[in-house]
Amino acid sequence: MSNAGTAAPTARAPVPVVRLSRRRGVELSLIVLAVTLSVYGYCAVGLARAGRVPPGALAYGAGLGVLALVAHLAVRLRAPYADPLPLPIGVLLNGLGLVLIYRLDLETPGDRAAPAQLVWSTLGVALFIVVVLLLRDHRVLQRYAYVCVVAALVLLLVPILFPAVNGARIWIRVAGFSIQPGEFAKVLLAVFFAAYLAANRNALAYTGRRVWRMQFPTGRVLGPIVTIWLLSVGVLVLERDLGTSLLFFGLFVVLLYVATGRTGWIAVGLLLAVLGAVAVGRVEPHVGGRIADWLHPFATIEAGRGPNQLSQSLFAFAAGGLLGTGLGLGHSVLIGFATKSDFILATAGEELGLAGLAAIILLYALLVERGYRAALALREPFGRLLAVGLASILALQVFVIAGGVTGLIPLTGMAMPFLAQGGSSVVTNWAIVALLIRVSDSARSRYDGTEAP
Amino acid sequence: MSEYAGMGGGEGGRPMARCIRHACAFCTLLLAALLVNAARVQLVQAGTYTGNPANRRAAIARYQHPRGDILVGGEPVTGSVDTHEQLRYERTYRNGPLYAPVTGFASQSYGTTFLEHTEDGVLSGTDPLLQPLPLWNDMTRGRSPGGNVVTTLHRAAQEAAYRGLAGRKGAVAAIEPATGRVLALVTSPSYDPAQLSGNGESTASAWARLNSDPEKPMLNRAVRQTYPPGSTFKVVTAAAALDAGVVSDPDARTDSPDPYRLPGTRTRLTNEADGCADTSLRDAFEWSCNTVFAKLGVDVGVRDMKKTAEAFGFNDTAVRIPFSVAPSTFDSHVDQAQLALSSIGQYNTRATPLQMAMVAAAVADDGRLHTPYLVERTTRRGGETVSGGGTHPVRQVMRPSTARRLKDLMTGVVREGTGTRAAIRGAIVGGKTGTAQHGVGNTGVPYAWFVSWAQADDAVEPGVAVAVVVEDASADRGEISGGGDAAPIARDVMRAVLGR
Repeated sequence: MSNAGTAAPTARAPVPVVRLSRRRGVELSLIVLAVTLSVYGYCAVGLARAGRVPPGALAYGAGLGVLALVAHLAVRLRAPYADPLPLPIGVLLNGLGLVLIYRLDLETPGDRAAPAQLVWSTLGVALFIVVVLLLRDHRVLQRYAYVCVVAALVLLLVPILFPAVNGARIWIRVAGFSIQPGEFAKVLLAVFFAAYLAANRNALAYTGRRVWRMQFPTGRVLGPIVTIWLLSVGVLVLERDLGTSLLFFGLFVVLLYVATGRTGWIAVGLLLAVLGAVAVGRVEPHVGGRIADWLHPFATIEAGRGPNQLSQSLFAFAAGGLLGTGLGLGHSVLIGFATKSDFILATAGEELGLAGLAAIILLYALLVERGYRAALALREPFGRLLAVGLASILALQVFVIAGGVTGLIPLTGMAMPFLAQGGSSVVTNWAIVALLIRVSDSARSRYDGTEAP
Repeated sequence: MSEYAGMGGGEGGRPMARCIRHACAFCTLLLAALLVNAARVQLVQAGTYTGNPANRRAAIARYQHPRGDILVGGEPVTGSVDTHEQLRYERTYRNGPLYAPVTGFASQSYGTTFLEHTEDGVLSGTDPLLQPLPLWNDMTRGRSPGGNVVTTLHRAAQEAAYRGLAGRKGAVAAIEPATGRVLALVTSPSYDPAQLSGNGESTASAWARLNSDPEKPMLNRAVRQTYPPGSTFKVVTAAAALDAGVVSDPDARTDSPDPYRLPGTRTRLTNEADGCADTSLRDAFEWSCNTVFAKLGVDVGVRDMKKTAEAFGFNDTAVRIPFSVAPSTFDSHVDQAQLALSSIGQYNTRATPLQMAMVAAAVADDGRLHTPYLVERTTRRGGETVSGGGTHPVRQVMRPSTARRLKDLMTGVVREGTGTRAAIRGAIVGGKTGTAQHGVGNTGVPYAWFVSWAQADDAVEPGVAVAVVVEDASADRGEISGGGDAAPIARDVMRAVLGR
């Protein structure tokens, strides 16, 4: 950390060497900016489509503003030293996501998703507030590592009992709401991985045999973690949700590397990834098709069967150009199914252009960077690994889905954090931001003026 | 590595902070790759993707706004209807079959034809001239509202021609001789282009039905079908003979046997009328003596015949009014017998109705041929002119004295010859009938032709030139003659233009 604060003793912090500015004012101004931008986007959609400010603009702005303000007050109360950036970024991305979904609702009057998304966003912010208020110290989570992993596995297994939706068994439907339990499992698994690796990192790093300059750990240490990883990936392959399995795998490898500092883990990880990809690609026709689509996105057009979703998505991005068509004026609805969820970024790309898309990706990058920054500032391995894990979840998730819809990597279904339609995803992402707020608060409130190793 | 003390760290491994930085760099790399790829898709590949025919955006933008209209006599003959579908505005036509050979169709499935095609830039709003400022639409990503196309058509003449054909197969073309403005362009049987406007199943079935119809309603007979012009071609032959000096006095007797044996063959050419032997050019013209004109053509020679025919527009493959007109043909690779037949509008001589109207127009305007055109000007939605019809070239087809003599001859045809049914009270009318045989061994029902011009008594110059062709007008061959079937239609069109 390079933040220089005013040096003054304080009785509040455990190691009161340096007193840092709390920067809550910065957070508040950024929140105001985020809410203003969201309301502006909402109005822009209405002006472009109907020539007038949409009737719900004031209510939308007020709702988002109140939610953000309450969250801000919770942070002020319980995490005064927290990083001022994650909360405004979350508010802005969530607000923009609501604007995009509202805009796409105009194309599908019979299927409105924005109201439900607003309810879920409220629940997400509520969870954020609960976490910030009740979780006084993130190290408490270390105690519940095994509870977390059991809960995660149960959440992953439950949807198998429910009927498949669009070819994937990842939803459960309760009272009209569909929930994607796998989303919550991400955070729980990150907590478990962080706790387990923090406890066993020395064993993982220094025992085992050496094979050509690389240290491979013993089976005894590796056993539990590989078992759990295999189980979760197996479940996901059964549920045909490859994006999430890719995410877990990436998270697992990153955390192992950070925990042990062993490049051997990266080698093992890449090897397993290649093996897994080949095996799954062979066995699952679904996955093979995705790879074929990625290699030849316009194959269906050449075959006379019209454009598939990926080519429609590429058309949408291309139509956006540098500055975009303007909110409400694009035709990303041509993508058809999943326009509001997996392909939400195509709407952003078409209507906000490369400029808007770059801004969105930079917002994610900033959020990830703040996570890593908190990790660097922290002193104990669990907090560090947790922060790295949460930030990596965001980064990997953005990469997997944004890379998929822009044709960089094969397309796998996954929700764009905060932007995409999907209640479980929004709630989970608010939990991630809450945890980042909590660890950054711990990091800065205990800051002693020296850099952590 | 002492800084690890108490942190659970140890010697040997990398400091965790370094690994965190590596992981952070890795994540940054992933997101940077996203940005680079987004730039590739949105900037580098954008043109290719946008131009992909499977990308509906171009079509959506095209039909997002009402299409400009085609105007006849100040009134639109087209319209647009909001379908509230993805391709929003669909073309409508007022009196579609009447104007179909001029407007063509503008279909969401099958493209555009005729004026809808050649003037598409103005009508759809993509013409750069419609922009308020240069490059305005490129900057605003907008599209100008569709402009209008003002045609030269004369509403009453168009209606008279269509009414006159009364569903029989045939076509009418009328021109204003002094300008080249196309006053009427009618084909029959016609179709309603509105059937093809949409993109649904009914459009597809209409398309299939119209294309398989043996009556060929979508064929624009006035400009895209050539017919043997028969005796109406004698106007061209007479012009060539007078211009070349083969005949110097129309009233002098000619040296023409009846029947005439085609040079180098045993075929004897006869006439429908009597008294054609050695008759004067005037009488031969009035009574349409094949023998006289066949011999005249041979006497003029292929070089001068070709020169005159091409001056009238035959063999010109580049006629645009602004849509293309099928080239009318006069074959110059012929022997004497073929030249004799060519000179009376048979053999390989073929002409569109528009071409024959041009022949009449050139005669009417003292030998000057004004290139025909159909678009008076194009305007913005609000009415300001975007472009005039441009300059329309004029050329001298024959000597003015030749034209005056031909006018005289043609007037005789209507006054006392085969074309008396074209006469109009209060106007000088000149015409020429034609009956063209066709089919294998001339077994097909002949085509009835009439080409004419008319000048109101109080006008200084002829106001209209017209050509009418009626296919298989009647099964009884004796009844089929230009004078019987085609002349009354021509008369009605001319009356409509002259207001008599």
